[in-house]
Amino acid sequence: MMKRELVIIGAGPAGLAAALAAYDNGIRDILIIEREKRAGGILNQCIHDGFGLHKFKEILTGPEYAYRYLKKVQERKIEIMTSTIVTELRAEKYLKVINEEIGILEFKADAVVLAMGSRERTAGGISLPGERMAGVYTAGLTQNLMNLQNIKVGNNIVILGSGDIGLIMARRLTLEGANVKAVLEIMPYSNGLNRNINQCLIDFNIPLKLSHTVIDVKGKDRLESIIVTEVDENLRAIPGSEYEIECDTLILSVGLIPENELSKQADVQIDDITGGALVKDNLETNVPGIFACGNVLHIHDLVDYVSDEAENAGQAAAKYIKSGHKWRKNNIFVEAGDGINYVIPQLITLGKDLEFSMRVKKPASDKTIKILNNNELIAKNTFKKVNPSEMIKINLAKEKLLSLKTASIKVVVE
Amino acid sequence: MDTQNYDIAIIGGGVVGTAIARELSKYSINTVLLEMESDVGQGASNSNSGVVHAGFTAPVGSLKADVCMYGNSHFEELCADLDVPYKKVGKLVVAVDKKQVAELYNLQYIGSKNGAELNIVGEDFIKKMEANIDGKAAMYSPNSAITSPYELTIALAENAFQNGVEIKLNTKVLGINKINGKFLIKTNQKNIRADYVINSAGLYSDDIASFSGEDRYKIYPCRGEYYVLDKNSSSLLSHLVYPVPPENAGGYGIHLTPTVDGNILIGPSNEYIDCVDNKATTKDVMEQLIKEARDFLPKISQDMVIRSYSGIRSKIVPPEIGGFTDFVIEKSPRYDNFINLIGIESPGLTSAPGIAKYVVEMIDKMENLKNKEIFNKKRTGITKFSELPLAEQKILAEENAGYRELVCRCENITRQEIIDALHNPLGVTTLKGVKYRARATMGRCQGGYCMARIVKIMQEEFNMDLEQIQLTGNSSNLFAGQAKGWEK
Ligand SMILES: Cc1cc2nc3c(=O)[nH]c(=O)nc-3n(C[C@H](O)[C@H](O)[C@H](O)COP(=O)(O)OP(=O)(O)OC[C@H]3O[C@@H](n4cnc5c(N)ncnc54)[C@H](O)[C@@H]3O)c2cc1C
Repeated sequence: MMKRELVIIGAGPAGLAAALAAYDNGIRDILIIEREKRAGGILNQCIHDGFGLHKFKEILTGPEYAYRYLKKVQERKIEIMTSTIVTELRAEKYLKVINEEIGILEFKADAVVLAMGSRERTAGGISLPGERMAGVYTAGLTQNLMNLQNIKVGNNIVILGSGDIGLIMARRLTLEGANVKAVLEIMPYSNGLNRNINQCLIDFNIPLKLSHTVIDVKGKDRLESIIVTEVDENLRAIPGSEYEIECDTLILSVGLIPENELSKQADVQIDDITGGALVKDNLETNVPGIFACGNVLHIHDLVDYVSDEAENAGQAAAKYIKSGHKWRKNNIFVEAGDGINYVIPQLITLGKDLEFSMRVKKPASDKTIKILNNNELIAKNTFKKVNPSEMIKINLAKEKLLSLKTASIKVVVE
Repeated sequence: MDTQNYDIAIIGGGVVGTAIARELSKYSINTVLLEMESDVGQGASNSNSGVVHAGFTAPVGSLKADVCMYGNSHFEELCADLDVPYKKVGKLVVAVDKKQVAELYNLQYIGSKNGAELNIVGEDFIKKMEANIDGKAAMYSPNSAITSPYELTIALAENAFQNGVEIKLNTKVLGINKINGKFLIKTNQKNIRADYVINSAGLYSDDIASFSGEDRYKIYPCRGEYYVLDKNSSSLLSHLVYPVPPENAGGYGIHLTPTVDGNILIGPSNEYIDCVDNKATTKDVMEQLIKEARDFLPKISQDMVIRSYSGIRSKIVPPEIGGFTDFVIEKSPRYDNFINLIGIESPGLTSAPGIAKYVVEMIDKMENLKNKEIFNKKRTGITKFSELPLAEQKILAEENAGYRELVCRCENITRQEIIDALHNPLGVTTLKGVKYRARATMGRCQGGYCMARIVKIMQEEFNMDLEQIQLTGNSSNLFAGQAKGWEK
């Protein structure tokens, strides 16, 4: 068993940024474990542009964005062990891994940063009705096959769900000569960024059908057609509105799920709403010395925010390693109130400026997001538009926290 | 077209057909098994509950009761011989009100007559065994067990094959005639000539029977839809948990089944359908499944679901009649050496070993079968790396690079297991073939992670072209081809 100060699981944007921050805060013994042959995470298959606007004030592709961080990691000679998969994690920060060259290795770390990213929600996960023939794929898998293995999954395509990867793939497959017939979304609004709707659908004349879903998929060996229906405000099929679309491929872009199987093994407590860990403002989980950042914590829409968050986690892990664990009492609970789906972090301590990340439950215009304590306003921010697909950030200066009346604050939309 | 000659032709490579094939492979007789799909076990045999029943529902003296009891008492040994998972988890039939408690005693009465060990237990006992289940009383059956139905079917076929049975996949029987004392079986491949025909074609057994001039049978397909829950939820349930069956149902209602791999199954529903091969799942039924499961086990939630599937029962009476029907295993009235197996619904999986013995005895009476000198009853499956102790894993991983790469992260399946699965004795190279042999794509991400990797292995190690890569064979191509502008 080998001892390491900091082990980071995942060399995607979260893992890389966490490593840099830990290094720049004085930690030298860092190991990043990555299951792929190359660092970069999901960015490696995101060959479209649109990354880095906040961080670099430039428009980069996914691989370019990843490379900026990777270069810095390499300059600092931080070790990345690629082709290595963590198969076990325990609360005492024990890790069992399998490396493609060496075989099984065991580590004991002082601190661990979880940066494993997410997986896609599947046909099973949304209870897609119908039979189980070839031709139904998730959007991320389609993207992997297309961009990393040059494999085109189909020719006549319908996309279910307007998540960003689905929108990006609508454009990508069109450019590859496929006929993308429609993007269907069960909600009355899109789950993708506006920018992607414009650039990937409208520019290519691909119809976006809101309040539509699939109620049957047909075909014996390969998909032949799907039955589509309109839904009412309760998401129930409207009888009589069904119609058939012929297609050989159905691509699902119906959401991402933080990949927390290892976290659960280590007794990390998971938030029902985000699917990620419950964290304090230093992004530490309930297990001392285990931190979480990036899509494994909650699903982000912009990688730039992932990098920011991961820097905080890396910095906090460095502090933990240097000064040992101080159990901080007097945590303040952060509640997602009316109109708010979730807020990260879920627990805060006094004494520093804070930034909250949150998502609203539904789209609306001219809204104020308020932070309340004991029903008194302590901070607010007004938005022309709020959208579940766009993460909202609100800052809270430490001074505001000095006069709290109770040990919980609540975030609401009004 | 030239014709191939055999002594016995088995039609249908489900668990019943393959069990018969294995049983026959003990004897010096030339047997072929014909299966229309690209792999064995693609009918009811891969889409059931995987329960090894203890034989307490069928009436005493029925064929069903006999072959089920035989199967139950021989299953553990069979699974050990064939390297197939088997767990004797026990079953609770849970009564929630007084009327149902009375019914439990009826069940116990019938079951005990069949020789099943059954105890009526109270609330405390239920709580001790299943902390999350409420009930007034239950009937506990310690001999109810679970297995992997598809692994068993594959293992039976592989063992039969090792012992000399020919297995012809993608071979659909289109018609049968008796010419010069032998059956000429017309297929979509080469024609087959055989002295005996065994019709174990499941849902299509009525069609095959009609080739022997027997039009009495009609199969009424009855679909059962299931939900599969994430392994994460496996701690919620450790026994088979069933409701008390409604009267005259001829089967149980929706129940909870732990699988040998650590998932939980909810189902099956009970829907008579028009088309024998409509394996769809439907929105309404899936909603019902979750609702009924939660009545039993309120901790179950929708987000634990990783997949739905359905299996189709071969009923021999329409729903208006319903009730108990026995397995039909008989010689066709026109030809002695044409044996029809009709209506092999639940507990057909459990009963397969008994049915095989029964059928082979029928043949033995006519043919006087001779034992082979060498019959190898053992078959070994793929080494399941993740189930080995750490010390053994370390050694294997050191010796073989194939064990150092995890291809499926949900089920922890290594590259070597995928390669082993693709090297199977029956020569199946479909993605589903890999799925049913190595469990890849069966986990919570449903192939989102490993499928691209398996495809790479198929291309690199097996030189398969993209066009050859299929889900289940026939025209189930997975891909449209290479991206444009890409050259080899
Ligand atoms: C929902 C459900 C739940 C069940 N649960 C259980 C359980 O828990 N325990 C239990 O003991 N039993 C259970 N059963 C019963 C059990 O699954 C079946 O009895 C058993 O699988 C039947 O096996 P079979 O070989 O007869 O049929 P099948 O598995 O259907 O095999 C028939 C085969 O014949 C092939 N075939 C058909 N026509 C042709 C042709 N013309 N040419 C060539 N090949 C052909 C088919 O492709 C198929 O592979 C369940 C069944 C269902 C549907």
